[in-house]
Amino acid sequence: MSQEVQLPELDSVGLLRYVWRQLTSMRTALILLMLLGIAAVPGSLVPQRTQNPMAVSASFKSSPELSRWMDRFSLFDVYGSPWFSAIYILLFVSLIGCVLPRTFEHFHAARALPPATPKNLHRMEFYSTWPAVGNELELARTWFKSQRFRVLEKDGSLSAEKGFARETGNLFFHLALILILLGISFSSLFGMRGEAILNVGERFVNTPTSYDSLAYGKLFKDGKLEKFIITVDKFDATYNVVTTAPEDYTLNVSLRTGDLTTVEKQVIKVNSPLAIGNTKIYLQANGYSPVVTVRDSKGNVALQGAVPFLPQDSNLRSIGAIKAPDADPQVGFVGSFVPTYQRSDGNGAISVFPQALDPRLLLSAWGGDLGLDSGVPQSIYRIDTSSMSQLGLKSLKPGEVFTYAGGSITFEGYVQWVNLQIVDDPGKNFALLGAIVAILGLLASLFTRRRRIWIRVGDVVEVAGLAKNAAPGLEQELAIFTTVLKGEK
Amino acid sequence: MSRTWAYLSNYLIYSSMAVYTLSFFAHAVETAWAVKIPNATTSKTLDYKRTEKVARIATAMMILGFLLLLAGVIARGVSAGRVPWGNMYEFSITGALAFSGTYLAALRKYDLRWLGLLVSIAVLLTLGTAVAVLYRPSAPLVPALKSTWLVIHVSAAIISGGVFLLANAIAAAYLYLDSMESKGERTAWAKRLPSLEYLDQLSYRLVAFVFPLWTFAVIAGAIWAESAWGRYWGWDPKETWAFITWVAYAAYLHARVTIGWRGRRAAWLCLFAGSTFLFNYVYVNVWGSGKHTYSGL
Repeated sequence: MSQEVQLPELDSVGLLRYVWRQLTSMRTALILLMLLGIAAVPGSLVPQRTQNPMAVSASFKSSPELSRWMDRFSLFDVYGSPWFSAIYILLFVSLIGCVLPRTFEHFHAARALPPATPKNLHRMEFYSTWPAVGNELELARTWFKSQRFRVLEKDGSLSAEKGFARETGNLFFHLALILILLGISFSSLFGMRGEAILNVGERFVNTPTSYDSLAYGKLFKDGKLEKFIITVDKFDATYNVVTTAPEDYTLNVSLRTGDLTTVEKQVIKVNSPLAIGNTKIYLQANGYSPVVTVRDSKGNVALQGAVPFLPQDSNLRSIGAIKAPDADPQVGFVGSFVPTYQRSDGNGAISVFPQALDPRLLLSAWGGDLGLDSGVPQSIYRIDTSSMSQLGLKSLKPGEVFTYAGGSITFEGYVQWVNLQIVDDPGKNFALLGAIVAILGLLASLFTRRRRIWIRVGDVVEVAGLAKNAAPGLEQELAIFTTVLKGEK
Repeated sequence: MSRTWAYLSNYLIYSSMAVYTLSFFAHAVETAWAVKIPNATTSKTLDYKRTEKVARIATAMMILGFLLLLAGVIARGVSAGRVPWGNMYEFSITGALAFSGTYLAALRKYDLRWLGLLVSIAVLLTLGTAVAVLYRPSAPLVPALKSTWLVIHVSAAIISGGVFLLANAIAAAYLYLDSMESKGERTAWAKRLPSLEYLDQLSYRLVAFVFPLWTFAVIAGAIWAESAWGRYWGWDPKETWAFITWVAYAAYLHARVTIGWRGRRAAWLCLFAGSTFLFNYVYVNVWGSGKHTYSGL
């Protein structure tokens, strides 16, 4: 006979069944689980678009060829990438294939009586025997009942079983994981998340155009945006004078909801967002907006207002761009704002404290074409100076004017801005419920012992047990049981 | 007032380091004396008595060191008027406290005194790094940390970490003794250490015991993140590595319970899972980016 292994011929159904069995096997599930862990690693080492888009574009600038290749493998979007999704979708399919049959099985097993007492009890664990008095079965019955064992009585013997909560907990744990995944998918389909930068004093009307960035779920409808208007009244930041670290941020807003006529005063802090219906508003970041007036050579105002600058360090040295496209010719200012000014050798102007104690606006003026009509989207914090010429440099205190060839700019003062994150996450309660059930299930499955205890009474009493999992404790339990049977206290 | 407490905390932590050093030496002496046992067949009892006494001193020193450290951590909290979990220095002293606390708690139930040598040196190294490199003056919390969840989330994470590392130390001891046994007999000093089966079981039991707590720590973190950052999960590096640790330990538990891995393979998997936790603590706190940048470095 040939020694070759004869593989059964597989038709398409057979093949599907084979693949399904492989996929739902424990070994495959374990490999997928490990793969998921490993697949999560690159996302923590390579900058991700969702968290740090600036670092991603910096990478494209510094090594474009490598970055292009990395992008081809979704390394800048690991957690939304096809390969990451493939792993967790396969894992969950495997999990469902594993858990559902077990759930039915367990459902039946939980309602069935334990199997009959084995013939050779002395082969089981913790066997003990002693001469019978006669009332042992009665005592055992009472004890099993008080301990809530399920009991099968047959031919002068009791077979008792307990610990189904182990498998119940195990199944609930895995079903809860599926619930968490459903909650996350539900949020990404029906949720919304947006951000808006507001200067103190400005008003925000909750419509799509008010946002600086806004992402919807595929099934979120525009009309579903919560109706409200927020006015930023006041923003207070306090800082530790020794470490310069922030100690508190408090944002006071006026809120109009419903028919938009009544105004409520509300406070938003970092750990206490403002909830309006299902929408929550979070205070995420803050910074300074220099207030400037740009005039052309005839003294006409070309631009007036507060321009948000982007903080660069913990002392809120901020950079930004002031663009006056209506001036003729167009002018732009590359600027940096320091709340508490100090000159440093080498670095120029630095900020030594995040609060505006001695603010300065440092400007570099550029004339020419701002490139705003080219159709290429521009950063509001940067100016493309490639087709512009420099008009001059100046450091300004509040109230000072910088006059250059063709116009002037006045540093009127500053206001603070806040970045609000506005979120509707309808699936999060499912995820939370899933998380709670998962923990309870985990506790039940790790700390419940499933075991059987038998007693047979003839001329002698025979007692034995069987621990169905490695957790200890059966020996002590049987010792207690024996004590009860012997009537010892 | 707060400065007095901060100084007191520093002195208490220096003292605890001194006491941990004594404990380390006592453990070292115990291990060294145990070497004599196989040759000294006639005075076996005497030798055991000698090592027993030193070992008791070692454990007593460990307890004293733990109490001093506990007082130091509490004084640090009092000096800042909050729980002492605001920067990496404070995480480290609390982590060392949790680790030696876990060891002492496990010592009440299991035969673990032999591990004291490793525990005391690990605590000393952690405290030494904390004092020398990570120290920052006591200061109030940044706004994002001002939440009840700080207490819940961080305490759960630190306790889990202490137990994970203890399980790791035991798994490492397993692998060491296993390789020793596979080459022949255990060398003299290692003879008094528990059997391989015992170590195997013990590290599993520690992990199984603390895995739900770690799960809770991650979930508590998610709940907190929802209220502070507007999302409960954002694949921040810290979150990612907490997830990786969770997955690795989940794989470990499945491998043991469902597939029946034991011994060397299980110990390696346990070590791998524990190292993801350590990586998260060291690398992500110090060099990582993201929202969990509270190390103060």
